[in-house]
Amino acid sequence: MAELRMREALRDAMAEEMRADESVFVIGEDVAVFQGAFKVTEGLLDEFGERRVRDTPISENTIVGIGVGAAMNGLRPIVELMTVNFSLLPLDQIVNHAAAIPYMFNGQAKVPMVIRMPGGGGHQLGPTHSHSFEALFLQVPGLLVACPSTPADGKALLKAAIRDPNPVIFIEHESLYGARGEVPDGDGEPLRFGEAAVRREGTDVTIIGVLKMAQVAERAAAQLANEHSVEAEVIDPRTLRPLDLDTILASVRKTNRAVIVEEGWPHGGVGANIATLITEQAFDYLDAPVQRVTGADVHMPYSKRLEQAAIPHEEHVVRAALATLAGAK
Amino acid sequence: MAELPDAATCYELLARMALIRRFEEEAGRQYQRAKAGGFLHLAIGEEATIVGTTSVMREEDFLIGTYRTHGHAIARGTEPKRVMAELFGRVDGTSGGRGGSMHIFDAEKRFMGGYGIVGGNLPIAAGLGLASQYKGEDAVTVCMFGDGASNTGNFGETMNLAALWKLPVLFLVENNLYGMGTAVERHSAQTDLSKKAEGYGIPGTRVDGMDVLAVREWVAEGIRQAREESRPTLLEAFTYRYRGHSAADPEVYREREEVEEWQQKDPIETFAQRCVEAAVLGEREVQQVRDKANEEVEAAVEFAENSPEPPLDTMYENLYARTDPGGWYAVDERSPEPHRGEDEAEMPAAARELAEAGAAYAEQPTGDRPNPATHGDAQEGTEPRVSSEDGT
Repeated sequence: MAELRMREALRDAMAEEMRADESVFVIGEDVAVFQGAFKVTEGLLDEFGERRVRDTPISENTIVGIGVGAAMNGLRPIVELMTVNFSLLPLDQIVNHAAAIPYMFNGQAKVPMVIRMPGGGGHQLGPTHSHSFEALFLQVPGLLVACPSTPADGKALLKAAIRDPNPVIFIEHESLYGARGEVPDGDGEPLRFGEAAVRREGTDVTIIGVLKMAQVAERAAAQLANEHSVEAEVIDPRTLRPLDLDTILASVRKTNRAVIVEEGWPHGGVGANIATLITEQAFDYLDAPVQRVTGADVHMPYSKRLEQAAIPHEEHVVRAALATLAGAK
Repeated sequence: MAELPDAATCYELLARMALIRRFEEEAGRQYQRAKAGGFLHLAIGEEATIVGTTSVMREEDFLIGTYRTHGHAIARGTEPKRVMAELFGRVDGTSGGRGGSMHIFDAEKRFMGGYGIVGGNLPIAAGLGLASQYKGEDAVTVCMFGDGASNTGNFGETMNLAALWKLPVLFLVENNLYGMGTAVERHSAQTDLSKKAEGYGIPGTRVDGMDVLAVREWVAEGIRQAREESRPTLLEAFTYRYRGHSAADPEVYREREEVEEWQQKDPIETFAQRCVEAAVLGEREVQQVRDKANEEVEAAVEFAENSPEPPLDTMYENLYARTDPGGWYAVDERSPEPHRGEDEAEMPAAARELAEAGAAYAEQPTGDRPNPATHGDAQEGTEPRVSSEDGT
């Protein structure tokens, strides 16, 4: 095991897959000479050269579309969108083309590509640079959606995404790039999509945290144990499509309570989706309404004070967990 | 004027154009019979542009087009019966009934679609070209699109990238003078579309899209530049569609006289006449071409009629490519059963029941042909127009 930062783990995943498979290549804005806006592609140009690590103009829809065409013609492109925010420009290529092509042409074409994009708030980047769009992509049939929260998962999921024959939306969190974690040495095994991680076992309440919120959920669970004698079970779904609903339902059947934590907007969010699934499929096990902790229903404000007020923190999670336990303890 | 090629080539060009014409006329008729649904965009009048292009492509070259591409697939060698079956939404259709008229595809013939979003195929064409270049293969990609697509952001983005990366792609704008109902001079500040990529370093040429030999000549040159010099070029083919934008188009934006004027330059009639006058083909061969087209299209309709409806339990097939061995993907949350596992390609019982309940509505009589214009897309026109030349 080595301790790596998230950005290093992701880079290692790409480098290992590029060494193993000539058809894997990276394109995106400033991924080569600049080494990546967040330095995730650092060193790749030196090792693999301009043919396989390509800077592009600022033309998001065409960058993704080129990836789609290249994937249909036998390559495995990794397309980096500088941020999640810019994914709104190529939404047509992502939804109408990458996701639809395998189905609408009845399996005659595959689109094995990865579209990586970092998002999330917390850096005072204001309304257009702080989005969380997990829910947006989760909705689209034909896409796979990954949102890793640890360097080990980041590496293993990215390797799986690159090898997968389907288009994968790979959502990273800008403020996790520097986070360190243990990562298995060498060419680690890819992680299967659709396998949640139980980060902490507990019997009183299930907390499901998405992307960076998986870490917030873990810290909240520690606080719940230390200050409230509540043992929370923390689940990180790791991929949202497919979703490991079995692990979530098994936990809810044990704890009879659920809290879902996400950074995105509340309406039609990841939490709304999971809460519905729990309600539909484990209603009889619930002892309290499912709680959601989400980002505020606003465009991310610039002011540090307002921004922090709009993002979920441990305190919010603790309150939501305690709300599910009201009267029970 | 380009010289006539040998008799066999002339025969083949004429036969292919006549087959597409006949196919499109019949598709229009089947649409009026409500055998084909959705929107139907016919390429009648544009046959020379299509066939002139494909006649100089190699088998390994890629062709990618728009939502008006029944003829493009047929020109590439896709059997008309499979295109007709797709219009009928049947299992033997090119996409097994999932794509319909706007999404024809034939991987084997390297016809890479059939796309419903104007301009959406341009970046994909660049990607096909990039992959050929990356793999060191000398396949060329021919990307066909309409005059309307030249106004999309994708056009500028893709021209820039294709020129920057020297991609082996020929861009061919099929200028039929209207983006749906908006005339070129009302939708494009630069009406010489061949000039629209000059600023990106992509030279352009205009060609008479009603003259199959002229199209052949210039497409061959564009393909040569792409293949030998890895240089993308832009070709503008002036052509004309005799029918409306789609089958539901009242054509208020043009005069009947304009249509008739273009019909005087009919690509099939003029080429047949020229071949006969030059004694390259005889009247008998020209008639034979028409008879064969009739036969093949009649057989296509019969084939499509007899092809089964897609079984409901194939609804989720090919939504995802399955990993090997046995990756799994959640299929449909409409099912109240939690579902996961390698058997997920099987439709869960509850999802199947929902599908069956929904499919039952397909059997209900709808009376007159449902008019797309009154079903959510008023801009597509008002009344389905029964055109004089199809005799219905």
